[in-house]
Amino acid sequence: MAEPKTPSRLIVQADSVIKLPRHIKLRHDAGRGIYLILAPERVFEPDDVSVEVLKLCDGERSVAAIAQVLSEQFQAPADVILADIIEMLQDLADKGVVKS
Amino acid sequence: MTDVPTLPLEADASSSESCARAPVGLLAELTHRCPLQCPYCSNPVELERSNTELSTADWQSVMRQAAELGVLQIHLSGGEPTARRDLEDIVKTAAEVGLYTNLITAGVLLTKERLAKLQELGLDHVQLSIQDVDPANADRIAAYKGGSDKKREVARWVRELDMPLTINAPLHRQNIDNLPAIIDYSVEVGAGRLEVAHIQYYAWALKNRAALMPTREAFMKTVEIVNEAKERLKGILVFDFVVPDYYAKYPKPCMGGWGKGLINVTPSGRVLPCHASESLPGLEFDNVRDRPLADIWLNGQAFEKFRGTDWMKEPCRSCPRKEIDFGGCRCQAYALTGDAANTDPACSLSPLHKDWAKVAEEESHKPAPEFTYRRMGKKEPATTG
Repeated sequence: MAEPKTPSRLIVQADSVIKLPRHIKLRHDAGRGIYLILAPERVFEPDDVSVEVLKLCDGERSVAAIAQVLSEQFQAPADVILADIIEMLQDLADKGVVKS
Repeated sequence: MTDVPTLPLEADASSSESCARAPVGLLAELTHRCPLQCPYCSNPVELERSNTELSTADWQSVMRQAAELGVLQIHLSGGEPTARRDLEDIVKTAAEVGLYTNLITAGVLLTKERLAKLQELGLDHVQLSIQDVDPANADRIAAYKGGSDKKREVARWVRELDMPLTINAPLHRQNIDNLPAIIDYSVEVGAGRLEVAHIQYYAWALKNRAALMPTREAFMKTVEIVNEAKERLKGILVFDFVVPDYYAKYPKPCMGGWGKGLINVTPSGRVLPCHASESLPGLEFDNVRDRPLADIWLNGQAFEKFRGTDWMKEPCRSCPRKEIDFGGCRCQAYALTGDAANTDPACSLSPLHKDWAKVAEEESHKPAPEFTYRRMGKKEPATTG
């Protein structure tokens, strides 16, 4: 059992490896027909792009690798995608939704 | 990305359109029993006795029905939910049917073993209340000796088990100066969230308003402190800030709109649109023992009564904010104007607002009276034979 670490802010960068902590649940809600992120006392409604990104946040791929996958999938420049998803993931990190 | 709170504290109704027909959160008040006696308890002044509480099977049925209805998160609350010995069975069922489970606890009855067991059964999150960071003052407010030390220990267990922790700190004139220390405490114990919750003046808190109401200056200071800390602790501690509506310009969107996103079940199974709504006359509350939860939510008289905006009078009816704050709190409107369909006096457009806000100013500048602690009524339960 790990001792609690001294908390610090995660700064998302191209080489960051991001995952959803165990208590954050990305789930398709059949009744509402949308994806939802269940978090402590909060429900987030991610847009389609965020869902694609979060599905790739497996704790193994780097953010740059995720941008590469999406670049091929959507045939868009990887550097543009990278900048966008860093911003998006930083916002989610600050909300406690993703961690490294 | 929109963000929908699943507890009523600062619900933002405008962002929950996609969840229009099903509640996102269910507040399960498992019992009104509690070892603490906080004078601002949100439970009704008439507490429900233990012999009227739902059975384990009843609560398990509520969990299953809630999941079927589309509820996403279940808030296991009280009173003190850990006072129920069958909490494990309820958590297990809730987790099995896919509900996100949140334990709202004072912590003092927990053991580390029990917490680990609850986690194993699927408990997702712990919200721990503190009364202050000064142990003597905290124990005085809760009327529970040793509570403060025990809570610190419980916070440590939660983090040792790698569970997410929210600290809930109700704020009032008798602990408000310690807000910076409360923020430090939250970081120190490893909480991911802190609810800085100015007291909402219903039920017990209304009885104790003069002993709890901070001055406007003291309140404004907390706004500054929280704004500074939010920036400084970005990515470390998420803040939820609940303001006292006596000092607000517009009312809060109570429950994120009546019968819109949140549902409440009392210890005896009564299903309420809001935990204070039993104070309103003319509402019929159904019981989960008698009627399916979905039917109560969709068609129950109490839910239909103030759902939407058709029930509104002026100035709400023609107000551009009517679907933002829904005219505030029905219970407060009733308590202060005698008509629940009136604008909540928390709104600056209410004709009563000025006088009402003045009460807070006056009370907060007088010496604080003694607390009326939250206790079960003296009335003995019915005996047989």
